Formats: sequence, structure tokens, C-alpha cells
Amino acid sequence: MARVHLWGELRDLAGGRQVLDVEARTVAHLLDRLDDLHPGLGSAVRDELAVAIDGEVMTNAEYEPLTATSEVHFLPPIAGG
Amino acid sequence: MTTEAPSYKWVGTRSVRPDGFDKVTGRARFGADRHLPGMLIGVVVRSPHAHALIRSVDTSAAAVMPGVKAVITSADLPEISSEEAMSGESVVDYRDLSHNVLARGKVLYVDHPVAAIAATSRRAAEAAAAAVVVEYDVLPHVLTVDEAMAPDAPILHPDQRTVGAVEPSDEPSNIAKRRWFGRGDTEAGFAACDVVIEREFTTRPVHQGYIEPHAVVASTDTDGRSEVWCSSQGHFLVRSQTAKVLGWDPSRLRVIPAEIGGGFGGKTTIYLEPLAVLLSAKSGRPVKLVMDRNEVFMASGPAPGARLRVKIGATSDGDLVAATAWMAFEAGAFKGSPVGAAVQTVFAPYDIPHVDIEGFDVVVNTPKVAAYRAPGAPIAAFATESVLDELAHALGIDPIDLRLRNAVEEGVESTYGPTFRRIGFKETLEAIRDHPHYAAPLGPNQGRGVASGFWFNAGLDSSATVSIHEDGTASVLTGSPDIGGSRASMALMAAEELGIDPTDVRPSIVDTDSIGFTDVTGGSRVTFATGMAVVEACRDIVTTLRTRAATMWGVDIDAVEWVEGRAQMRSGDRPPLSIAEIATASGKTGGPIAATASLTARGVGVAFSTQVCDVEVDPETGIVSVVRYTTAQDAGRAIHPSYVEGQMQGGVVQGIGWALNEAYVYDTEGRMENPSFLDYRMPVASDVPMIDTVIVEVPNPGHPYGVRGVGEVGIVPPLAAIANAIADATGARIRDLPMSPPRVVAELAALGSVDGQGPPLG
Repeated sequence: MARVHLWGELRDLAGGRQVLDVEARTVAHLLDRLDDLHPGLGSAVRDELAVAIDGEVMTNAEYEPLTATSEVHFLPPIAGG
Repeated sequence: MTTEAPSYKWVGTRSVRPDGFDKVTGRARFGADRHLPGMLIGVVVRSPHAHALIRSVDTSAAAVMPGVKAVITSADLPEISSEEAMSGESVVDYRDLSHNVLARGKVLYVDHPVAAIAATSRRAAEAAAAAVVVEYDVLPHVLTVDEAMAPDAPILHPDQRTVGAVEPSDEPSNIAKRRWFGRGDTEAGFAACDVVIEREFTTRPVHQGYIEPHAVVASTDTDGRSEVWCSSQGHFLVRSQTAKVLGWDPSRLRVIPAEIGGGFGGKTTIYLEPLAVLLSAKSGRPVKLVMDRNEVFMASGPAPGARLRVKIGATSDGDLVAATAWMAFEAGAFKGSPVGAAVQTVFAPYDIPHVDIEGFDVVVNTPKVAAYRAPGAPIAAFATESVLDELAHALGIDPIDLRLRNAVEEGVESTYGPTFRRIGFKETLEAIRDHPHYAAPLGPNQGRGVASGFWFNAGLDSSATVSIHEDGTASVLTGSPDIGGSRASMALMAAEELGIDPTDVRPSIVDTDSIGFTDVTGGSRVTFATGMAVVEACRDIVTTLRTRAATMWGVDIDAVEWVEGRAQMRSGDRPPLSIAEIATASGKTGGPIAATASLTARGVGVAFSTQVCDVEVDPETGIVSVVRYTTAQDAGRAIHPSYVEGQMQGGVVQGIGWALNEAYVYDTEGRMENPSFLDYRMPVASDVPMIDTVIVEVPNPGHPYGVRGVGEVGIVPPLAAIANAIADATGARIRDLPMSPPRVVAELAALGSVDGQGPPLG
């Protein structure tokens, strides 16, 4: 199962939990699963999605595949100069 | 994927820049250089107030003045509902973008556009602009986060609620977002520390200071399609944002990139483009708009001002145990400051078990901020790296040793969450520690400061098309505007892959109809991501060249290898075929030889820099002279070392200006008092010493050549490095930017070092 780490305010939507283990094939599937588990959590992430998978920060990552050992962090998006 | 000590022929060399001849001869065409037959000149009618309701806009008199061909207001744009969406690497609310292009119902800063006019001459357009009658109900305004966050503050956006508030409320607020990161138990962590230091810092807005102002020419045909020439950091972004604001399909716009005279992040959004397209559509003639310098300062996006509190605790051995940060960033008139990046970068270089970081995105009555080189990170690092310097002194530990002791490395979980892959932070610290500069003696009134910085790199989408011509040369087409030498890097990578001389590679940046979608030149991404597309296309080309040679020889492709720009049979049975010979015969072997690669670049790395500077402080005038500066940065692999050094030096010089002189100064009405390069003092060549550079190369495993982005992180350490050097020289810890002569004199007076009779504080 992918291990999802939640930053700051997202934890409030997951009952204060910092880490969730979720079975998911892709990031998009993961967001659906998060909404099932904690209504509103997946949607909150979708609004401003930057995701780090195994240490690499990505945007436009909805269809990135996840594996049973994926470490996933949701982050505020960053604009470079 | 990347080898440690590769042997490259062209990568890592200092080839002549492909754009050099055009630039030194004046042939390069920048945004304002486009002239079309029958072209009109546009001007923008701007708000004189920092905050006001628009009661009415009467353009009737202006519209009938001599030479006037078109007048537009926000009524000519579709009303867009609030919708946040990714645009490039940024989140954009298109309603805000539209309202920033032309105010609707309210003006939110001095010089906020209210209307635009196109006429046969600038004089006619300006006369008509003066005849536009706008009735305002002036409202009280706020210019700083302190004013905007006060309980009774005037509200800019009555429909704005704080996202992420600790206690959600339905009351309108100038705080658009609260960001929070944390891990561990900071209270227990601080209790275990031997030394804890907490300090507060303030910074003011600063501008990127690109020499070329925003400029656009639009020509809209009767079929409803428009061609747009403009200088930007991303013409695909210009296309998509302009289309969204106009309510057009993007395919109706063809955006043609001009040569760009600097951007540094400030040209990753739109201001004039929808106005030019609309004025052209209404008038039936091409329209040009060019900002003057006042408009650039007052109506394009600077970097934010901010207030921060940072607290860091350590054991007597120098182990960092706990850290907290509170920060509020000015977003300008619409939400979207870089506080999200600041909360992620503020402690990122260090392995600290207990952290608690809180940030606020706050709207104020100033221009909407824009990206500026590593947005948010320099401000955050100013606080962290200053406190670390104080900690080092309190602990009696060398400041580089303290950083080395706590520096992150591969496998360490960052303070923003993800675990670092391969990085070169420690190597940058060691490079500065071992540099002769670090041990060189100092003179009277001189001091030395060090600081480090972290920044992300972006990947995003890029495209490249490579074509081989019959003379054996190659064209490389991309959609990435070249703001830092990327054409030279593309040519070098193509030359390396194809085995030809870089002077036989012609790199070009082409319009939105001529190449696949490409994201902005920003986020230090182009050499990494667009370079990856170029490499991929070239590898396809090499496969094709081998196939064609095999056809010409009547053998299988596996019998053919590509060596230094020639096909040769592994058996050595035939003389090699040059790339020109294969290209010349291409019509007989399958057709023209070209390849395109379009990709979303994955494998992006992160960037670190460590810097040391020496300053000399005149105790009478407070003038701070930077007398020596050395910067070390992990480039992964320097494709073109001269351009890497240029990026490193450019970041430092902009940081020196931010540290010592630059700041927006507002009067009580919210009007910027120093909107010119005479009064907004940026460093010039005579203000800075030669910036020594040390390129550290810890290859990024995610790129064919190990590239990391180099364009931004160089601006992160200078604010603190200079503050620390001033403290070393004088004992004065300055935590309020800029550290201009009046500020320095006041700080020295507070220490009793001088009489404090210098000029008044700015």
C-alpha cells in the first residue's frame, strides 16, 4: 500500500492523522480513495495539487503510477522564477 | 543513468553563445521592436487610488477624440467565476487574473488598470486617456501585513475567507490562506536545548528589475484569430492565460516569442496581452502596448514584503533540535504570495527533528506580487541563516561547521516532508570552507558572513524538434524562451548526442503553432527539462541516421554504430558515412530526417548554494561595500559552465541589491515614491566585486547528463550572508531590510558606535 504523509491543515481533514496507508494504482485513484476514507480530503488536495512521490516533487501528477512501497507527500504548489 | 566521471566532447565546454552576434549588433528583436503597417499605439488608464469602488467609467468623450480607434473597459471582458487552476507551475485564479488585467467594480492598488485606449499616436492615446472620466468612492487602504491583519482592517475582497484557518470563520479576511507544516514536539525539543535564539525580521517589496519593460503587439484578423508578439518567459502561458481572460479558445491565438531582456520570474504572467488583442479586435488594426518604467514598477508584480519570526534551538555540541517559524507574506492585491514555498524552504537545508512552521498569505493594496527567482526562499533564508549565525557565535562553533553538522543529505527526511534523493549541499559547504577566501585576512571595518540556501527545481512539459539538413548541420526548435543562455545549452547537448560541432547546431525558439506545448522558462527548468526533450529527439535522430546508413550499405542496423558524427560499420568493411552524406541521400532512403520529443520531465532534482562574503562598513556614512564574494552551487552537471557561473553571479548581485538598497517606498496614499531606476537603487557593475564561483557537480541521477537547475538558488543566501558580514564587522544585527546607509547608521548608533546623525531612515 502507498504510504501517504499529510502536511499541516490536511491532517485536520483526516482526523488528525499524519500518515495513511492506502491501496491505490495512481495518484488520481489515491485521491478517490482518500475521499472515500475521509470525505473532503481528496478534494482538498485536488484543488492545489503538488505531490512528491518517493522524494520527487511533481505537478500534473494525477496519472502517475503508485506502487506498494510508494511514499507520497502532498504539498502546496510552488512557483519558480 | 548518469555516470560520475563521464568523458564528454562538448558538454561542459564554453562555446560561443548562439544569440551573441544578434545582440551585440542590435539585430535581436525584443518585445517593443515589432512594427506593423497601420499599427496603433495603446495606453492604459490607471487608478490614482490604492483602494476605491468604481462608481462609473465614462469613455464617451475619449472615444470620439481625434485618432482614437478603440476604447475598452472591463465590460469588454467576460466575467469569470473564481476558479483556481494550475497554470504552468503556479496556481492561478482566473477571476483574479482578469480583474488584475482590468479592474472590475473596485481598484485595489495605485495604477490598477481601469481602461485602455488605442489611437494613431501615443499623444492621441494619452490625450484620450486623460479624457476618460472615472468616478471613485475612495476606501481606506492597507499596505503591509501588519495593517492588513489588524482586527479592524479594511477588507479588499468581501468574499474572501481564510483557507486553512485554525478556527474557520465566515467573516471576510485579508488572510487568504494559512499554511502549516510540523513534525515532532517543538516544546519538548526546545526544552532539551542548551541555546535557543528567537528573532523577528521584516522585508519590503523588491522588483526583479528586468531592463526590458513589458511589451506586446497584437494583430487580430477579421476571422477572429490573433497573432501576438511579446516578450515573456512562456508564450504558451501567454496564450492560455490570454485566451482564458478573453473567453477565447486558445487556438485563436498564435503567440510569437520575442527576444527577452530579463524576466527573473516577473514575466510568468500577463498584463498587457489581452488588452492588445481586444483593442486590435475592436479597431481592426494592429496595436502595440509598451509599459514605461513607472508602470513596470507600479503595475507589474514585485516580490513581496514580509514579516517573520524564527526560533532555533541547539545543544551545546551544535545539534539543531527544534525550530519554529511564523511568517506573513504580502500577496499584493490578489491572493498568491510565495508563502507556500517559504514554509517549505525555511528550514529545508537542515535535519531538525522538531519543527513547526506557520505561514500566512495576506492581500494588501499594492500590485499583485509575481515570481522573483526562488520566490519566497530568500526571505525565509534571511531569517533562518541569520539566526543560525547567532547560534554559531553563541555556541562558539564555526558557522560552516555548524551547518555541516546539521546539513541534510541523501536519505534524510526534509522538513517539508519528502526524503532527499542525491543532493550536494554538504559539498557546497565544504567548497566554501576549503576556499582561500574563507581564511583570507580581513581589513579594518570589514567583516565576513556565510549563508546557505535551498530551492526546488521544476520539471513540467517541454517539446523539441530536431532536423538534419543536407549539409550535415542541425536545427533545434524549442518553445522555451532563452533568458539565461539555454540556446547554448541546447546546442551543446545536441552536438554531444549527434557528434557534430556545436556551431553546426542552430537553436531557435519558435511560436505556439510551430512546436508542441512547452511550459514556462521558470523554476530553473529549461536546461533540465527542455534539454531532456532535445536529448530524446537527438537519440531518435541517431537511430534514424544509423537506419539510413544501414539501408545505404544494405546491412542490418545492428551492424552500424554512430561515432563522432559518422555512421560506421562495426566490421570496418566500408568507409564511414558522414551525417551530411546520409542527409543528402535521405530522399532515397526514407525521406527527411527529423524527430520531435514532447515529454513531462520527471527526475527533477533540488538545488543548494553556500556563499561567503566580505563587507566593509563605513561607520560614519553607513555605506556597506561588498569587497569580496564567493559562491558555491551544486549544478549537477554544468552543460555550459560560463552560463552556470553567470546565473550564480546574477543571483548574488540581485541578492546584494535586495540586501543593501532595494525597497518599494510608499507614501501615505499608497503611491510608490521611487518608481524609477534613479530612486530605486539597483546595483550596477561598479557596486559589486567580481563574484567568484565554485561549480559543485553532484550529478542528478534523473537527467541524462546529471543536470540540476541553476537559475534561482543563487539569490537565496545573499541577504543573510551580507547581514552576517555586517554583524561581524560592526556587532550590529540588522533584521529589517534593506540595510541601507540610514539603517546601518541607526543600528550603529543604537550600539553606541556612532553619533547617529546620519540621514533619516527611508
